[in-house]
Amino acid sequence: MSDYTLEVENLSKAFPGVQALDGVSLRVRPGHVHAVMGENGAGKSTLMKCLLGLYRPDSGRILFKGEELRIPHPSVALAKGIAMIHQELNPVAERPVMENIWLGRFPRRRFGPLSLVDAEAMHVRTRAIFEDLELNLDPRERAGNLTVAKMQMMEIAKAVSYNSELLIMDEPTSSLTETEIAQLFKIIRRLRSQGVAIIYISHKMEEIFRICDEVTVLRDGKFVGEREVASLTIEELIRMMVGRELTSLFPKQDVPLGDVRLRVEELSSPGAFENVTFDLRRGEILGFAGLVGAGRTELMETLFGLRPIASGRVLIDGGETRIRSPRDAKRAGFAFLTEDRRSTGIIGVGSVTDNTIIANLLSYVKKPLRLLDFARIRTDTREYNERLRTRTPSYETRIQNLSGGNQQKVLVARWLLTRPDILILDEPTRGIDVGAKAEIHAIISELAAEGNSILLVSSELPEILGMSDRIVVMHEGRQTAILERKDASQELVMKYATAV
Amino acid sequence: MTKRGILMKNRLVQILNKYSLYLVLVLLVLFFSIATEGFFTVPNAMSMLTSWSIKGLIALGVGMVIISRGIDLSSGSVVALASVVAASFAQNPEVSKFGMPPVFVAVVLASLVGVVIGACNGAFVAYTKIPPFIATLGAMTVARGLALMYTKGFPVSQLREDFMILGRAMVGPVPLLAIYFLVAAGAVWVILNHTAFGKNIYAIGGNENAARVSGVSVELNLVAVYTIAAFLAAFGGMLMAARTAAGNATYGNMYELDAIAAVTVGGISHSGGLGTVSGMVAGIMILAVVENGLILLGVSPYLQQVVKGCIIVGAVIYDMSKHKRR
Repeated sequence: MSDYTLEVENLSKAFPGVQALDGVSLRVRPGHVHAVMGENGAGKSTLMKCLLGLYRPDSGRILFKGEELRIPHPSVALAKGIAMIHQELNPVAERPVMENIWLGRFPRRRFGPLSLVDAEAMHVRTRAIFEDLELNLDPRERAGNLTVAKMQMMEIAKAVSYNSELLIMDEPTSSLTETEIAQLFKIIRRLRSQGVAIIYISHKMEEIFRICDEVTVLRDGKFVGEREVASLTIEELIRMMVGRELTSLFPKQDVPLGDVRLRVEELSSPGAFENVTFDLRRGEILGFAGLVGAGRTELMETLFGLRPIASGRVLIDGGETRIRSPRDAKRAGFAFLTEDRRSTGIIGVGSVTDNTIIANLLSYVKKPLRLLDFARIRTDTREYNERLRTRTPSYETRIQNLSGGNQQKVLVARWLLTRPDILILDEPTRGIDVGAKAEIHAIISELAAEGNSILLVSSELPEILGMSDRIVVMHEGRQTAILERKDASQELVMKYATAV
Repeated sequence: MTKRGILMKNRLVQILNKYSLYLVLVLLVLFFSIATEGFFTVPNAMSMLTSWSIKGLIALGVGMVIISRGIDLSSGSVVALASVVAASFAQNPEVSKFGMPPVFVAVVLASLVGVVIGACNGAFVAYTKIPPFIATLGAMTVARGLALMYTKGFPVSQLREDFMILGRAMVGPVPLLAIYFLVAAGAVWVILNHTAFGKNIYAIGGNENAARVSGVSVELNLVAVYTIAAFLAAFGGMLMAARTAAGNATYGNMYELDAIAAVTVGGISHSGGLGTVSGMVAGIMILAVVENGLILLGVSPYLQQVVKGCIIVGAVIYDMSKHKRR
């Protein structure tokens, strides 16, 4: 019997044009929580997909409890005792919660010659799982009716219910609030005491130091090192991940603030937010903090004309402005980097160039025949993407082939091309690796220094605290505080965000 | 309005939404019963059943495929191919190429036509990842071509009495055809609601990736669902040969579209993962009633088409608005 639940030796996997994994090793002990860290594109996801049988590695070995394992299909991994909480995996929305939990292994009963699904047994067992994990979920609820956080808890319960010896958690907390994170960590500690080996993937440093025992770092598909978390500092870990020193995560420059550019008075949208009032000055970064469901994204969507205004006023440079559609908003000088890059941001199969110019297409129409001016399109694409340090093989590359961070830079370039006065950035660094994050922070800071006004929504407190001049805190659709940079602290923001 | 009144109104709206399909069916039946002489009579009901049972069989299969987020355009052509294959094994001995094989040979071979074409459809969709529309468009063209090759374009007639009885027998006042349809509907209901395969189909249609990482063999399930669909179409083709006393390579023209229309009216969502057997049956019956009722009203066949088209689009608009409100 091996000392390790999982041993990955020299695993390699290539895709056309990319060596995704290059001789990677990973060893996880039973009863340990093992973090796998690395920037986006480091190979974490590919490695996990190999472990789950979604990809077949080109070379190398996977040993599970000392025995070599071939995993051609997820059902094999699950049968052997490897389960996974998938990142950003949506449930089968139209089916009840319990069917999502038991998908692929429905309890059966015999009915004459037929093998039928035993709905009663499924209900009873699902309830038992939820009670055991202290989750307040109805097994018969349609999964699509759950909140994002509840869906995530359902996925967690599902993965735990396989009683696996190896449990892989890929960004399990990305959509959870503090309470649920605490609940998850309780579950993790219990599994650890039962001898389950856990692989934990997260971009949130604080979680790694809170819950993990060891960490393996990958960079560009290669193994960088394995350390005990207790003997590491955040700076050392980041250095291992990016392979260079990061000067600062939040390079906020101090900029003198100008006149009031935008004033929002008593703005309301029923069911989303009520009576929001704030000013935004030239050169200012105004942060918006709050928990999931606080109404921040809805507020930004309203300012950008995607939702109707029920009551209240929007004033730009002192004059009342009507915004009924994104066209109006663009004309008023707004630009909106949306929260969900994949569904409302990039056009995946379009080139970097297409994605850069799409919001500004009309300005490239040339007079006599009203055709597009490709020379100018090329110059602008190059100029803006070089300024944002977008790394791409060419400007004709499909944007879906770039890493998340580089996609985000292209989207920032897209909006800068519209020469906006007010930039709305909704979760601009979600799911982006540390290196690209710091670059995007630097860009935001530069933009403010040039006199742009910025509304920054983020669920990461350190980002909000590090980047904002002032912070608007929201709780369930109500504005609970506006804090000055010098007064704000994590504790204070959390206090207003949870309205205690 | 009082608070209680509003609550009751909301509840009423909910119930109406839930059962609107069946309500529409009942209203249509009422309307045609009053507006026409012969609609609400046993012979008319039986003739409706006879003419829609085969399309109904096809629709059940196509409905399952659509739940898996696919589409099957090949059913009409499979009807044609199965009808000529079945007929060629059930001709009178004087004209038959194959002597006088037992009836089950014709039934089995016709079904096999469906199974093979369906398995090919499923395999192309599952393993080559080409869109179902394209895969089954190819099969539709190929199957029709095979049927024409097999018959050189001539009908296969002079069928044996013991074969024709399969499509013509009556059980009391009820045509056997209707019973096949009801049995098939019952079987599909059990499959969709009470078997792991059925629930896998819903899951694959709802979120293919979630199904795959849960250990469901998406590919095998897809092959199975297309196979069942084409099998039902082929069985329908065999019945059609029995009922009309001939197999013909031109049979089943546009049946696939009628079947798709029926289950669409019945609330089967083309974005997958959503739909019930009772909805499919109601959709089939609505189209049957409208077609039959318009004929009895003496509405021109041209206008009938226009009405049918409007019903299909209207039904989907209404259905989607219902989901939006939720």
